[in-house]
Amino acid sequence: MNGAQDLGGMMGFGSVVPEPQEPVFHAEWEKRALALTLAAGACRAWNIDMSRHARESLHPAFYLSKSYYEIWIAGLEKLLTSSGLVSQGELGGAPLGPAKTVPILHAADVAQVLARGAPSDRSAAEPPSFAVGERVRTKVMNPPTHTRLPRYARGKIATVEAVRGCFVFPDVNAQGRGEAPHWCYSIRFSARELWGAEADPAVSVNIEAWEPYLESGA
Amino acid sequence: MRAADHHDHDHDHSELSDMELRVRALETVLTAKGYVDPAALDTIVDTYETKIGPRNGARVVARACGDPAFKARLLAEATAAIAELGYGGRGGEHMVVVENTPGHHNMVVCTLCSCYPWPVLGLPPVWYKSAPYRSRAVIDPRGVLKDFGVGLAEATEIHVWDSTSETRYLVLPMRPVGTAGWSEEQLAALVTRDSMIGTGLPLSPAQVRS
Repeated sequence: MNGAQDLGGMMGFGSVVPEPQEPVFHAEWEKRALALTLAAGACRAWNIDMSRHARESLHPAFYLSKSYYEIWIAGLEKLLTSSGLVSQGELGGAPLGPAKTVPILHAADVAQVLARGAPSDRSAAEPPSFAVGERVRTKVMNPPTHTRLPRYARGKIATVEAVRGCFVFPDVNAQGRGEAPHWCYSIRFSARELWGAEADPAVSVNIEAWEPYLESGA
Repeated sequence: MRAADHHDHDHDHSELSDMELRVRALETVLTAKGYVDPAALDTIVDTYETKIGPRNGARVVARACGDPAFKARLLAEATAAIAELGYGGRGGEHMVVVENTPGHHNMVVCTLCSCYPWPVLGLPPVWYKSAPYRSRAVIDPRGVLKDFGVGLAEATEIHVWDSTSETRYLVLPMRPVGTAGWSEEQLAALVTRDSMIGTGLPLSPAQVRS
């Protein structure tokens, strides 16, 4: 969706301000926000693409004015209520209703679960349609649902630089309609293709694009 | 998103305590309903505060500097090569390493969210997740590098990697001059987090001495 999360190429946010000797967390609640997000994710009531969509569908004014962990907490509350794990009333302090039966992440399993991760490569039913070195054009598309094709990279010519493999397709997975794996490519744009004739000729940008985002650029 | 929320903390107590209360309430509900184990939360926090961070990535880079066969494996099959040092898993399931050379500089961003190679760099800094970085990295990478005090020759190609899939990138910075014969441990001390994102360069031997 064309939400506030799709920031590439926007202007007016000012300089990047690195913080010297930045701590891992800036407040105690940030620690809990991270840990709650990871632990609640282990209940398997949603997937990573649903959680990204929960954050990006927050109101743009909210998204752009809050810190990242505030966005995570707002996204988590949304996922908890939409999945039925927690009701809006319970979040507001009402007496707790019955809990759903879900898998729980126990302390003893944390190290193993983090070390295992959640690989998203899948076996492919068909060979990839595009080859390294091939010219492709990204589609012009504006789905109201989740997509990983940024606005700045739509309708542009690129070169396939690598075939990454066959991966879970976020656009479908975020809607809870299954993993629908597709081939994913690393494709390279010149800055001039993306931003116009005035752009720096020595700059290029790669994105990773699933096959449904692409058509032949020949 | 606020560019640097840490700057607000001194004069933003009310909002902070609101968040503190809100997150505490959420934890209470999730614990009471049996969805989260509070001890697991402590373990997760401890993991990212003390075990997983950019020193992991620095060890990978230092190994690549001193071991050409490892470097070749790292550039060909990064996930497997990084696993040789014991790093991998969540947020780094599908790693790609991109190498800086005298004429070619790599820089990593996630314009759509905050994708970042956790097993080798830990949790991302605030600026990496901020609107200024995410908006400008793809349209004005040279300007962003100036914000970090990095000036590259105009002829140096800049290659930006927008992390739009589950692939996670680690930049392999150039080996600093004057480090011939250095041990992996000494080299790792020169490898900064930002040099592995591409918004910085490794320290020089003189910078470490000072």
